[in-house]
Amino acid sequence: MTIEELEQIAKSVSAENAKYDYEVNVCMDLACMSQGADRLRDELEKAATASGKNVLIRRTGCMGPCSSGPLVRVDPEEHLYHHVKAENAEAIVSSLGDRPVPELQCDLNDHFDKQVRVVLENAGHIDPEKIDDYISRDGYKALLTALTEMTPGGVVHRITESGLRGRGGGGYPTGLKWGTVAKAGGDVKYVVCNGDEGDPGAFMDRSVMEGDPHRVIEGMALAAYAVGASKGFIYVRAEYPVAVSRLTTAIRDARRRGLLGNSICNTPFSFDIEIRLGAGAFVCGEETALLASIEGQRGTPRTRPPYPAVSGLWGKPTLLNNVETYANIAPIIRNGGKWFAEMGSERSKGTKVFALTGKITHTGLVEVPMGIKLREIIEVIGGGVPGGHTFKAVQTGGPSGGCIPAEMLGLGVSYDALMAVGSIMGSGGMIVMDDTSCMVNVAKFFVEFCMTESCGKCIPCRAGTAQMHTLLSRICKGLGTMEDLDLLISLCETIKETSLCGLGMTSPNPVLSTIKYFRNEYMEHIVNKRCPAGVCTMAAAEVSAEVLA
Amino acid sequence: MPAFTPPPLPSGDKRWKIVNGTMRKNGFARHALIETLHTVQSAFGYLDDDSIRFVARSLRVPLSQAYGVVTFYHYFSLKPPGKHTVTVCAGTACYIKGADKLIAAAEKKLGIGQGQTTWDGQISLMTARCVGACSRAPVALFDGAVAGEMAPEQVLEQLERWAVE
Repeated sequence: MTIEELEQIAKSVSAENAKYDYEVNVCMDLACMSQGADRLRDELEKAATASGKNVLIRRTGCMGPCSSGPLVRVDPEEHLYHHVKAENAEAIVSSLGDRPVPELQCDLNDHFDKQVRVVLENAGHIDPEKIDDYISRDGYKALLTALTEMTPGGVVHRITESGLRGRGGGGYPTGLKWGTVAKAGGDVKYVVCNGDEGDPGAFMDRSVMEGDPHRVIEGMALAAYAVGASKGFIYVRAEYPVAVSRLTTAIRDARRRGLLGNSICNTPFSFDIEIRLGAGAFVCGEETALLASIEGQRGTPRTRPPYPAVSGLWGKPTLLNNVETYANIAPIIRNGGKWFAEMGSERSKGTKVFALTGKITHTGLVEVPMGIKLREIIEVIGGGVPGGHTFKAVQTGGPSGGCIPAEMLGLGVSYDALMAVGSIMGSGGMIVMDDTSCMVNVAKFFVEFCMTESCGKCIPCRAGTAQMHTLLSRICKGLGTMEDLDLLISLCETIKETSLCGLGMTSPNPVLSTIKYFRNEYMEHIVNKRCPAGVCTMAAAEVSAEVLA
Repeated sequence: MPAFTPPPLPSGDKRWKIVNGTMRKNGFARHALIETLHTVQSAFGYLDDDSIRFVARSLRVPLSQAYGVVTFYHYFSLKPPGKHTVTVCAGTACYIKGADKLIAAAEKKLGIGQGQTTWDGQISLMTARCVGACSRAPVALFDGAVAGEMAPEQVLEQLERWAVE
């Protein structure tokens, strides 16, 4: 495979597409599928054949605004249709070349205008199971350019120049990490992709793996070239069966095209990827636990240093990055580090994909430049809180993150800004809560999650999360005292400082941030024995209900 | 050192051949333990003592270690599932949108708790940490098919349909 051959494939794809007068793209991501997108596609196929028009029906990855699904986009006019049912198939096909179907049209300009698509540039435009579709949109061009025109050091330099930071949550500078692995000695090195998106409420990585799997593979191959590895692993959650099957297909197709395997592009560079399935353990998102799991062991973390960059998988230098980080690599190599560094804020460059969910009008996947105000994401892109309720808090970073109150919505999204207010960027879950959510109960929910997910290796996390849960349960039932609250805070500090891995260290974040910003709700539970949101059942109320019964 | 010969298949059941296939594909390497257990669970629906023993012997992994791995990961089940399975997602977005009401309704209807199967082996009630369909919360899976924006009534309706089968 050479650059010329890639361009040849891209040309033949566009020649093939030019045969059709219209393209009807159907979003077949999980959210749209759950509303019958597969039946819709079958009906569209049938209607297209019956009409005799020249129509290409294409299945695509996530288009973004999932709450408006199932979504259909008609090209070249770019008409976006929402809430499309199988019964609408005929109307859509017969409207082609004429005026669009008015009752299905949606106006989501506000939703899209503020977004910048880098990671998601192909989502909604290509069939994820067709490698040629990816190639036709400049796919694998970055890999071949790097292999033929750049040195491994040059690739690392370009990534460093871009200012890209790890998208898994920690925000470690990617170029620095690559440089460390590249400098590490030894013939055998590994490149690992963390696709164990354990943060409940986040699904960016799933959408990227399902909607544009080749982008992840290309990013990993570039990383392998840069650090001198020849073997890669993608660790994917078993809860994502579609992602597993799409990646499997993508790896097979890339091998067939000679983009994975021995002597890629007639250069001495060889690289291949294997998929490893997770088995439902949140702690496996932690890097050393993930590596233990790939080795077939219990996913328990170990102390660092040595860091995986020096001693990782089977004791060899291992480069570990998140799905979204790898998805950023190919565009950076293609367009240059400076191009990427121009986007975003001072210390957080580029864009970030967020999974916007909870009590918000437009739930779904959004990609925004770093530094954008939280208010813009929630009120403009997300369309605000529906149903006449008022916004209370937005939770970022999952069980390791914190809740950010309404008065802080002017905050610009970046690693450092979120950290400063007691939350974290995390992998990109953004859950909006309104006045019907009780913040004490929310804290209890997250602590319960961390308690069940604690691997049990270190005591602060194993015993501490259980004690936090006991204290929060008491407060939620109206049995808590002011001493309990003080104890809870000091317990949080201890867990934060003494836990072995990130899971334990960050597990007090939801508690501390809710105590900081929603102390009055805790006081209501403790002093007045009532839950302002009406979520928690007070023990006293339970007793009186029993007496009445 | 004499060459390692894997143990014979536990029975003539064809599914063991699939399990053996996964191990062979990985060269009977120890690190294929989790992959192999996944294959066993997808072929048999759960992991019993015999299958764990067989996999441990085949991969030359101490039985204690194999059992440790099985019990560490939530995805592996040591109990056979019911004929039908309803899984309610208990992720954050689903919790905010009232997944607890779905779970409570299903528990009341079936008379069982989370992770249990009805006495007649008809329906299992499970919870998932997050299936990644957060934008359609709250989510339930009926025999693996994702259904979004569920109300307790809709879950009960599906359970009724299974009950009359």
